[in-house]
Amino acid sequence: MQTSTFIDQPIKKAENRTKYYFRKFFQRKTAVIAAVIILIFLFFAIFGPQIAPFDPSLPDYDNLYGAPDAVHWFGTDEFGRDVLSRLLVGTRNSLGVSLASVLIGAAIGTFLGVLAGYYGGIIDSVVMRGSDILFAMPDILLAIAIVAIIGPGIINVVIAVAVFTIPSFARIMRSATLSVKSSLYVEAARSIGCKNSRILWVHIFPSTIQSMIVNFTMRIGTAILAAASLSFLGYGAKVDEPDWGAMLSSGRNYLDIAPHLVYFPGLLIFIAVLAFNLLGDGLRDTLDPKLK
Amino acid sequence: MGRYFVKRVLGTIPLLLVISFLIFMFIHLIPGDPVRNMAGREATTEELENLRESMGFNKPLYQQYFSYLNDLFHGDLGISYKTKLPVSEMMIGRLKPTLKLTFFAMLWSTIVGIAIGVLSAINRGKLIDYLGMLIAISGISIPGFWLGLVMIQIFSVKLGWVPTGGLDTWKSYFLPSITLGCGIMAILARFSRSSMLDSLGEDYVRTARAKGQRERLVILRHAFRNSLVQVVTVIGLQIGGLLAGSVLIETVFTIPGLGRLLVDSLAFRDYKVVQALLLFFSFEYILINLIVDLLYGVLNPRIRLK
Amino acid sequence: MSENNLLKVENLRTEFKISRKKSVAAVSDITFEINKGEIVGLVGESGCGKSVTSLSIIRLLNDTSGEITHGSVWFKGSNLLKLSDEEMRQIRGKEIAMIFQEPMTSLNPVLRIDNQLIEAIQLHTEYTKQEAREHALETLRSVGIPDPERVSRCYPHQLSGGMSQRVMIAMAMSCYPDLLIADEPTTALDVTIQAQILDLMQGIRNTRGTSILLITHDLGIVAETCSRVYVMYAGRIIEEAPVDILFSDPSHPYTQGLIASIPKLGLEAESLPFIPGSVPDITMMPGGCRFHPRCRYAMEICSQKEPELISINESQKCRCWLKTSEYSIKTENGESRK
Repeated sequence: MQTSTFIDQPIKKAENRTKYYFRKFFQRKTAVIAAVIILIFLFFAIFGPQIAPFDPSLPDYDNLYGAPDAVHWFGTDEFGRDVLSRLLVGTRNSLGVSLASVLIGAAIGTFLGVLAGYYGGIIDSVVMRGSDILFAMPDILLAIAIVAIIGPGIINVVIAVAVFTIPSFARIMRSATLSVKSSLYVEAARSIGCKNSRILWVHIFPSTIQSMIVNFTMRIGTAILAAASLSFLGYGAKVDEPDWGAMLSSGRNYLDIAPHLVYFPGLLIFIAVLAFNLLGDGLRDTLDPKLK
Repeated sequence: MGRYFVKRVLGTIPLLLVISFLIFMFIHLIPGDPVRNMAGREATTEELENLRESMGFNKPLYQQYFSYLNDLFHGDLGISYKTKLPVSEMMIGRLKPTLKLTFFAMLWSTIVGIAIGVLSAINRGKLIDYLGMLIAISGISIPGFWLGLVMIQIFSVKLGWVPTGGLDTWKSYFLPSITLGCGIMAILARFSRSSMLDSLGEDYVRTARAKGQRERLVILRHAFRNSLVQVVTVIGLQIGGLLAGSVLIETVFTIPGLGRLLVDSLAFRDYKVVQALLLFFSFEYILINLIVDLLYGVLNPRIRLK
Repeated sequence: MSENNLLKVENLRTEFKISRKKSVAAVSDITFEINKGEIVGLVGESGCGKSVTSLSIIRLLNDTSGEITHGSVWFKGSNLLKLSDEEMRQIRGKEIAMIFQEPMTSLNPVLRIDNQLIEAIQLHTEYTKQEAREHALETLRSVGIPDPERVSRCYPHQLSGGMSQRVMIAMAMSCYPDLLIADEPTTALDVTIQAQILDLMQGIRNTRGTSILLITHDLGIVAETCSRVYVMYAGRIIEEAPVDILFSDPSHPYTQGLIASIPKLGLEAESLPFIPGSVPDITMMPGGCRFHPRCRYAMEICSQKEPELISINESQKCRCWLKTSEYSIKTENGESRK
């Protein structure tokens, strides 16, 4: 008769967390495709000018409103400039503006939100009332109002878009902070005498990053659309600079004779935003603890 | 329920005040002399002074704010610099097209959006689900103004089915409503799908099946009825933003609505009009959010019967 | 199948998909029966497969990725597993009813109580709405709700846990089913309410002759209400016995451990006995007898081959190598342990 033995089962080795997330992410094909597309766009943004077949500002008066052909894959615009080249170079503008504005908005919003969630009290009230006010106007309108005040131009578009991005990050990071604040390891840190600021940034903040990442990605999509809308309305880049929204705006005038001037810039905007949204979805599914 | 009602309404008032103040300050935040911006470079000093007087800029700031609030209460939104007409008159004239457009956009996008969401949820993981969600994510990614232009090119210029712009015939409403509604349809599809999935996983759905209820009614009467409460909330929130989205669509389709008015007035520096419009859009957004909150309280028996 | 027999489950096996290609059997070789007017207990720890078994009987596995792959469920002469969806739907609620663990969330929060009852009633009868409403009030009265008029107009969140469970029972019984499956009906309730609900269920059996399959992890409840008991462990039935024999002379080491670990008044002991180890994960089941890693009597064969469920006398069955004649040894009674 054997003596009783405790369960002798092999314990599954705990997988490294980052590796786990990567593995889960790559299981979702649409997200991977989206990521690849974004990388391609980033490549265009950085190397646009180098790989553009033509000089984006070089006019060609013999070939105005040219339809797409073997030489000019996407045709030419009202000054004979190559559309493809303009789009490639314009990537830098469009992506740059969106990334910059979301980065700024996320930075400020996160900072405020984490502080509000952690310290509560007056800071919390102020931040929450502030974001209520910013939320009180629909996105585009707020951006238009801001641009109306500070004037058109790329930098101002960045500022405008950043401003209406702030409240969403503030809210999300505040609630993420609130839920982490009461967990045990924070109590433990406090009990060994950690300074508040250290607790905040070293312990709490990393756990809230998950919430931020998904929102960040989705907001880039929103920002691209917002920046393009502003450019379309004439508040963005100067007309001559290659910028997707502006190209769409001027292309609109020649819709019946040269529809490709409208098709291609908009298509690019669409694909870019779609890619970021798909990526955001994929990230959310990857990071969501409930979905296995 | 009464307490909830009162609390929410009271909470909105400070917000409205702050917003009205910010919009009031709007004119004064713009760099440069507002009067000079409005009148243009050729204006004489006398004209400038007259304008300054009529706009009340000579009075101290706080006095201006109070007379501004006072005017608001009496429905006086000022006189448009460009057209010399009362702003309120101009706005009312432009309100109908915007409202009609918004209405049609809401109509189709709500029905289609919820339908797609529910169908996707019921058929989770199958082809319908993927297609539905693909449509949805495209809907939120597509630039409205581009979609509008493309549709004009195809359906108007090429096929000649509908006019290119303006609001002359009933056919004119098609393309703008479709374009305006896309974003909402997409958001609703995604949201109602996730809401339905949540509902379908709840215990009471299992009970309904255990009672021997037909699957179709389990979905409609139990799962969907519960999702509806949340979905209605989302619909309401979208309406608020819809009026603002009209800015772009009205520009693309040259529709004489409030959105276009905003863009034009900004271009002409007709500040009174801009102010009034910003005020209008923010107020309706806030008020609609308030109504949605209260509606949620009514629909959710847990809150209604406190 | 004897005259008295109401439900007979034979070799039931239900599998769950854990990845696109792999499935595991959550329960298998499940065989048990319920006679008319009997209260039968199905006992086991969380995760042993009790709920899966009950959901399989009534074929409510659509929420899960579960699938019945083997066996039969004989009920009143037909195999439930072979019925069409529509035929099965008509049996649910009318001939076999089920109540669940969490009454508070098992009722639709946006519908009034009376409408939920009326729905159940009208599904299986020809009553008009008015007749159904009166019938609903009757059933509420019959489960001991003192003010049925008021309660029927309430919404679920306005009721307490005990009241909600009474409503659930009323709803389940409204069409007078022959079999009531109760999955942990009192687990979420206070002890005092527990007793009331159990009394209610016994009353139902006494007045209507309804058979009850009582699923629980609480041996105390079993002792009070059931006449026969099946014990489950890790997806298998490992013991079957009449209730008094189960408690006085359990045959399976697992059951012995369970009974021994019940604190008893007046017993002098330094520490409460317990069964070492924990229930294995469904994807990593030990080979041979599923209980052997935790069993103090484990022999070599226990890790190699899984024992069958065999009758050890006219009323008891056990799934253990110890009970097979070649390996039979005297096992210690749960009472005297030292």
